[in-house]
Amino acid sequence: MALALQTFATVNDANAALKAAGTRYLGGGTLVVRAANEGDVSVSGLIRSTEPSLSTIAVAGGKVRIGASVTMAAIARHPDLGALAKAARAVGGPAIRNMATVGGNLFAPAPYGDFAVALLALDATVSTDDGETPIETFLASRDGSRAIVTSVGFTLPPQGGFRFLKVSRVKPKGISVLSIAAVLKQSPDGTVASARIALGCMADRPVRAGAAERALLGRTLTADGIAPALAAASDGTSPITDPIASAWYRNEVLPVHLGRLLLA
Amino acid sequence: MAKVPVQFTLNGSEKAEFVDSGTTLLHALRDKIGDTSPKGGCHQGTCGACSVIIDGELRLSCLTLAETCDGAVISTTSGLSDSGVLHPLQRAFLDTFATQCGFCTPGMIMAAKVLLDHTPNPSRDEVVEALSGNICRCTGYEPIIQAVLTAARSNSQNAA
Repeated sequence: MALALQTFATVNDANAALKAAGTRYLGGGTLVVRAANEGDVSVSGLIRSTEPSLSTIAVAGGKVRIGASVTMAAIARHPDLGALAKAARAVGGPAIRNMATVGGNLFAPAPYGDFAVALLALDATVSTDDGETPIETFLASRDGSRAIVTSVGFTLPPQGGFRFLKVSRVKPKGISVLSIAAVLKQSPDGTVASARIALGCMADRPVRAGAAERALLGRTLTADGIAPALAAASDGTSPITDPIASAWYRNEVLPVHLGRLLLA
Repeated sequence: MAKVPVQFTLNGSEKAEFVDSGTTLLHALRDKIGDTSPKGGCHQGTCGACSVIIDGELRLSCLTLAETCDGAVISTTSGLSDSGVLHPLQRAFLDTFATQCGFCTPGMIMAAKVLLDHTPNPSRDEVVEALSGNICRCTGYEPIIQAVLTAARSNSQNAA
């Protein structure tokens, strides 16, 4: 393998260099170096930036901003991000978590990208030098994205408001059969006031379970209460088929695991 | 293509090499420097055979570019023994038959070393978690888990 790596002190200069044909941004290397090792000849040059802001986590007033170069390991051990630790630890083994970045996870194709599923449920915004984009819009158009992601931002959900589940065949580390993240708000009477549910592996990238979200509104988190949401869980999904599971299997087991997450 | 200078500390020794830009650390270690203890298994970040410790953190040398390690402190399994005396992890791997074909062993030992450096007396679950990014197709893992627990006990006895 011979790839020219160019390192820039600022994101601005790195963005300019990324305009060259065949260049890709190098984060932790777990996607792009892997692709190059696998013989992806579309990658002829790598660009990276060492701008310090890319590697910082800022938590203030319930708002979180995570630099795009922050690793899964750094999130998992951050004292203010305990709610997200489970999602960060869902990515890879210890070595991968020391390398894989938040920015890279936004581009990880299914069955990877478990942390992006969490960010989608959290209604994160994705920042580049061009401005901020809602994560749902960003994920839908990520294939054509050229501007370097600089950070992701979101509001920390209240205690217990964020739920995450990853299903894999190999324990403790395995590739996803599917992953589910949910941010639920309940009214004082226990009924669901708002629900945002994101699914991994149920398409080629993280998607929302819109029908299930709507079916949960006004319902209680009981077996009877969530039944309509489980029935609608697979609406609009187009799961991947890979050596881990078929699309059929993923659709069959999604309601089971969504039910476990909602009743937990 | 122009060569890129890279300097780092490998197992306590200063190393300086010229590498092609984009060369992986695994390639630089094995084919330029001659440390063949990290193994090239999958080159995909899946098997863990290439695991090394960079600045105290476990990393995969097959997915790390050598030039991003300039100034780093790198440890590999070949640097563990001291004047011919095996490291407690190496001794424990031998004593508990945790090595069969041996291909995964250097990566397993690096993953275990990082664990014991931070958690001298790990639980079995912590050992399993620490080794979860390393694949072994021979042993069934149980002897490896026992080796790490044995090395931890050995360390604590020596420290007492």
